[in-house]
Amino acid sequence: MHRRLACVFLILPLGACQGWQSALDTHGPAASALEALFWTFLSVLGFVWVLTMGAVALSLRRRRPEGEDPLVTNPRRESRMGWTISGAVALTVVTVLTLTGLSYASQKHLFEKRDDVLTIKVTGHQWWWQVDYEDSQADKRFTTANEIHIPVGEPVLLKLESSDVIHSFWVPSLTGKMDLIPGRQNTLQIQADREGSYRGQCAEFCGWQHAHMGMLIVARPKAEFDGWRDNQIRDATAPQTDERKRGEQIFFSKPCVMCHQVRGTSAGGKVAPDLTHVGSRQYIAAGTLPTTRGNIAAWIVDPQSIKPGAQMPVIKIEPDELDPLVSYLEGLK
Amino acid sequence: MNRIVAPAGIFLLLVLGACEREERAFRADPIATETEEKIALVPLSPGSGPPVEHRTGKGKEYEDNAYHVAQGKRLYTWFNCNGCHSNGGGGSGPPLMDDRWIYGGQIENIVQTIREGRPNGMPSFRGKVPDDQIWELAAYVRSMSGNVAKDVAPGRNDDMHPRPAENREPDSPPVAGGSIPPSAEMPQ
Ligand code: HEC
Ligand code: HEC
Ligand SMILES: [Cu+2]
Repeated sequence: MHRRLACVFLILPLGACQGWQSALDTHGPAASALEALFWTFLSVLGFVWVLTMGAVALSLRRRRPEGEDPLVTNPRRESRMGWTISGAVALTVVTVLTLTGLSYASQKHLFEKRDDVLTIKVTGHQWWWQVDYEDSQADKRFTTANEIHIPVGEPVLLKLESSDVIHSFWVPSLTGKMDLIPGRQNTLQIQADREGSYRGQCAEFCGWQHAHMGMLIVARPKAEFDGWRDNQIRDATAPQTDERKRGEQIFFSKPCVMCHQVRGTSAGGKVAPDLTHVGSRQYIAAGTLPTTRGNIAAWIVDPQSIKPGAQMPVIKIEPDELDPLVSYLEGLK
Repeated sequence: MNRIVAPAGIFLLLVLGACEREERAFRADPIATETEEKIALVPLSPGSGPPVEHRTGKGKEYEDNAYHVAQGKRLYTWFNCNGCHSNGGGGSGPPLMDDRWIYGGQIENIVQTIREGRPNGMPSFRGKVPDDQIWELAAYVRSMSGNVAKDVAPGRNDDMHPRPAENREPDSPPVAGGSIPPSAEMPQ
């Protein structure tokens, strides 16, 4: 029974070897370099460990007979011992130097940077990510939140900043960690070699909802990415149905506009996620809930029971206002 | 022996203090709308005695709670109060860190100022800022002139300090008076 339980526990960690947020299932040069290092270190050091344990076991079994006179020396044995120990020390030095060299060589992938590539500014807030796509042309810049789309197979430069406390940007399948520090800008280059969605997570404790500060990186072929970007650049389209028109009115008459922006309307708040295309994102509240009608409604009615402490207050909404408001938000594609 | 055990015991008892911490009220009552404060803006009233007022006491809940005051400080810039009042020294709006108040410096008066607006250019935030956040803002405004406890007032800025931190402000109990900066005065 105990043994079976132990086996189950040993198997559980294997789950970490695959998935959309795993440092052992990598799809970018930086993360792959890290993964290669991980396996190299694991095998070399594992081998050394087995060797050492073997030597310890051997020396326990083949003790020197007791009663030997310590003053009587055996020059041949002493020289054997000398050679063995120097050999072990030399091997240790070689191992350490090799591993250091390998780590050093990996930095080429980890810190490689080009500045002629797509540049995105990521700003950490308690507890969500603001994402600003930069461009030399003003009409190609736009803002979104918590979901970063990138063209597959191309390097992308991230400029990391923070508006409050230290956060850390970590997408295990694509890159190592990099901190977002108030008052300075760090940069990190990422690249996805395979199409797909990769989950990221804040990796520096930043307060109550640190655990609910996730994000999504979506890598798509260049053409699809361009289509997505053209749509994101656009202002919100005016609502067509009566229900959504009413929802828009409700949105404008509530505190929502103090914090949120919907481009193309008078809602100009800049301190919370941009909602211009919130309906097109896969998750709301920084990877906490999938974007569905029910979840949007649940969030608006009571954000504080979903993410206690989050910087969105409970706002009084009349029962008949909820449906139109949700339709309005859901339709912001 | 006792010379060690007794102080150690006291020390351990002190540690118990860490078991209780300040309540953080994240979730305001979703049903409640506006608090029913009844505040007069003048000391005069017909008949004998001052005007009839009613203060619910809710103000203390906010003024005595560091979390609320800190939230108020964040909202002060989020909702652009600093656009008109600067960091408390005043701009097109009157200074908030001095002891002079046009419309009264009690927390209930400040709540009223924020919620209703004031005729010479102070916007009304009714319906645009939930009630509990108005109270948080008002509690923070009080801390700017040293009118909340030192251990409750914000201690330092995360960025540049334009002035001493709120918990280092000298106490300045409210005095009636205050003046509207000429830039904000309505053309007559
Ligand atoms: C005081 C500022 C504030 C007000 C007022 C406010 N919000 Fe928010 N809202 C936020 C913040 C901050 C977040 C991000 C929360 C997080 O993920 O931690 C957010 C998140 C959201 C999200 C999820 C967005 C995403 O992409 O993750 C939606 C939808 C939303 N708010 C709708 C509303 C609506 C509708 C109203 C008005 C009824 C409103 N908000 C009022 C601050 C505010
Ligand atoms: C558009 C500029 C503007 C903004 C924004 C603004 N105020 Fe004012 N505020 C004023 C002006 C002008 C007055 C003076 C009004 C009067 O005398 O009638 C004033 C008055 C006040 C007073 C009363 C001062 C006294 O002596 O009685 C308080 C308190 C106050 N504001 C707080 C705030 C807070 C808190 C905010 C943010 C939520 C804010 N204000 C936003 C312009 C502004
Ligand atoms: Cu965090």
